[in-house]
Amino acid sequence: MKPGPLEGVRLTEFTSAWAGPYATCLLGFLGAEIIKVESRMRLDHSRNLSFSTGKQFSGPDESEVFNNLNLNKKSITLNLKAPRGIDLAKKVAGLSDVVMENMRPGVMPRLGLGYEVLREIKPDLIYLSSSACGQEGPEREYVGYAPTFAALGGVSYITGYEDWPPSNFMGAIDLRSATTAAASMLAALVQKQRTGRGQYIDMASQESIAVLIGDVMLDYVMNQRVQTRKGNKGYRIAPHNCYRCSGEDKWISIAVATDQEWEGLCRTMDRPDLIMDKRFAASEDRYKNQEELDQIISEWTRDKEGYELMTRLQTAGVAAMPTLSSEGLFKDPHVRDRGVFLQVEHPAIGKDWVISPPWRLSETPAQINRHAPLLGEHNEYVFGELLGMSSVEIKRLEQEKVIS
Amino acid sequence: MEDETINTSEIDKKTKELHERALDGVKVLEYCSLVSGPYCTKTMADLGANVIKIEPPVDGDPARRMPPFPEDKPHPEKSGLFFYLNTNKQGITLDPEKPEGKQIFLELAKTADILVEDLPPGDMERMGLGYDDLRAINKGLIVMSITPFGLTGPYRDYKGRALNMSHASGQAYLLPLLSPHADRPPVKVGGNTSDYDPGLVAVVAVLAALYWKGISGLGQHIDMSKQEALISMQRVESVTYANDEVVMTRTGNKTRMPGGVLPCRDGHIVVITPEEHQWNALMTLIGNPAWSKEPCCRDREARAQNADAINTLLIEWTIQHTKEEIFRKGQALSCPVSPSKSAEDLMNSEQLKVRGFFAEVTHPFLGSLKMPTAASRFSESPWRFERPAPLLGQSNEEIFGERLGYKKEELEILKTKGVI
Repeated sequence: MKPGPLEGVRLTEFTSAWAGPYATCLLGFLGAEIIKVESRMRLDHSRNLSFSTGKQFSGPDESEVFNNLNLNKKSITLNLKAPRGIDLAKKVAGLSDVVMENMRPGVMPRLGLGYEVLREIKPDLIYLSSSACGQEGPEREYVGYAPTFAALGGVSYITGYEDWPPSNFMGAIDLRSATTAAASMLAALVQKQRTGRGQYIDMASQESIAVLIGDVMLDYVMNQRVQTRKGNKGYRIAPHNCYRCSGEDKWISIAVATDQEWEGLCRTMDRPDLIMDKRFAASEDRYKNQEELDQIISEWTRDKEGYELMTRLQTAGVAAMPTLSSEGLFKDPHVRDRGVFLQVEHPAIGKDWVISPPWRLSETPAQINRHAPLLGEHNEYVFGELLGMSSVEIKRLEQEKVIS
Repeated sequence: MEDETINTSEIDKKTKELHERALDGVKVLEYCSLVSGPYCTKTMADLGANVIKIEPPVDGDPARRMPPFPEDKPHPEKSGLFFYLNTNKQGITLDPEKPEGKQIFLELAKTADILVEDLPPGDMERMGLGYDDLRAINKGLIVMSITPFGLTGPYRDYKGRALNMSHASGQAYLLPLLSPHADRPPVKVGGNTSDYDPGLVAVVAVLAALYWKGISGLGQHIDMSKQEALISMQRVESVTYANDEVVMTRTGNKTRMPGGVLPCRDGHIVVITPEEHQWNALMTLIGNPAWSKEPCCRDREARAQNADAINTLLIEWTIQHTKEEIFRKGQALSCPVSPSKSAEDLMNSEQLKVRGFFAEVTHPFLGSLKMPTAASRFSESPWRFERPAPLLGQSNEEIFGERLGYKKEELEILKTKGVI
């Protein structure tokens, strides 16, 4: 197998939950060596439970959530409350190109692991801090998780139906923050490659969500309009909605933007009369009368199978896709053909399905080489091989609860 | 000796000037429309890359016809969406379907580091601009192809608008959680976010490929499906059926934490308390009511089993308080709570202001206006406003004339022919 594009890059992370771990997981997919600093005394909660499903795991190595977010990594355990734990953490960081952390702002410097300290050891270090609201400003110490990031970033407010409250989001929002952090670290790596200089990056999860609704903010800037929830509606185009199909909780999304697509839909529905219908003649008419239109389409879709509709509509040039659940995704023939789901062998979990890296690079493939690390699985490799400590020394530090 | 010292520092200064930002000097071509592709290259433009946006002559990028517009009056140079996504880029018009247009495209690709394109699979090849054609003239070129379903597989030629991608990726079904009702259709994530997301995912692979180019001198072709980009960003929810045969329903399951979106006096707040001390902080915030000492609140498990009942009790308190009050007092107790912010709330946020999240910029048609910048503060690669989003064909003369050496008369002819 060809190596990934980041082969030779080493990153040490002091992160937990989802936003930090998945950021470095992405760089691990691309070939970077990721060393995760953990502690038995303060476990990453994703080793214990899943926020999204409520599932609890029987031990720190049993979590499939942790596995899916920490693939390819190495794990060491260090007690960061012990001065010698900090010394070792510094040494590991000193062997790294990048350090990432997502502790509450101020904690890393207090531990003696802030950027200013680590750059003394490694002058060209790239150091990214990910936090809820950033390292400066009146809200810098505010705490949060994915649901509050979605709310602070404005996505929660605009998702849902007109008559619904704002929507709640779970961990998936963290992965937007994570992807932003990954891109930022990569940009810094490119800069370092060209200049030899490292840098500090302060990334706020709130802002990583807010940048995804730039146009919504500009509507306020331009028109003082506060956009709210609009369901599945589109801008000036219709039909643009999700319709019930046969079967339990089965749906299809249909989006029609052009007259040609509208004709394709009408013919597929076997309703050529609608093409000439004044209520739906032009795009503006269809938009204006979309409720009526939705009614007609729903009546047509409700007793038909979603996939059958997809095939017929796509053949007619209409953008139509079923709404897929976790079951739907797993069974979908295209998703299967593309190898999106991948089964990884995990020593404690057994066979575990995870999601493949989302890109195919022709020369330097992104890949999953191994399961997420067991807690402290790589203590020997990192402390022994990389730092040159003897096994007696490692044993002693384990007994003294420094490596722990 | 002295001379040498001066020379070194001058070189340092020069290096610093040359690479004041992460991607200074990186040449990017964008042949994309709407949101995903342009957002991918916007991210790079904001990091200093020189991005040339290629638009079809006459109509330009369809994003020019997308809102918001001042006073809701559509105008090709006044779209807020286009403005946001294309600030800091140069823009040219070009029709590569025409032989002269193809020639110019190839000339631009010859010296580029990166091309991001979002045409339906096979279209670039048909025009003689496929990856193999481009590699033949520039082995260092990185080509990122962004398509709804990828370049292979049974759905490769299917159409997928943002709405469809939100539904086909599982987003609509698996996020948002919890939906109040399951009898209404699953709902897409708000705004154009399902279109921004794939652009963000694409940047990661492009920059990794750029890093590798720095080592090997070689480019490569990257195939990215928007559907997979979105699935990857809910990777935990997506595998629940595969591993446990659990079909997560959008109304949620029984073993969840109390909290979530709760109404308050002037809007909604969101609260989540996975850690015991956070739950205790929430109880302190609401004055440690008697019910908080009951068995139903004993531990995380008990609270999960009684989540609905506890939420009813929590709302009795939240409904009497404002989101600002709950936010400030809750956070002072280290309770993870926040208001559900609207665009107005964001634009007026003191935190975002202090962090310099907004920049005041000027655009020839939109005048002076505030815009969001970026989520990361780089100590060595500051966000900077270089130029407003390009007017249609604004850089034609500069790119075709100055860079490629076309004469004025030649450009006139190309214009008449509809090439540029």
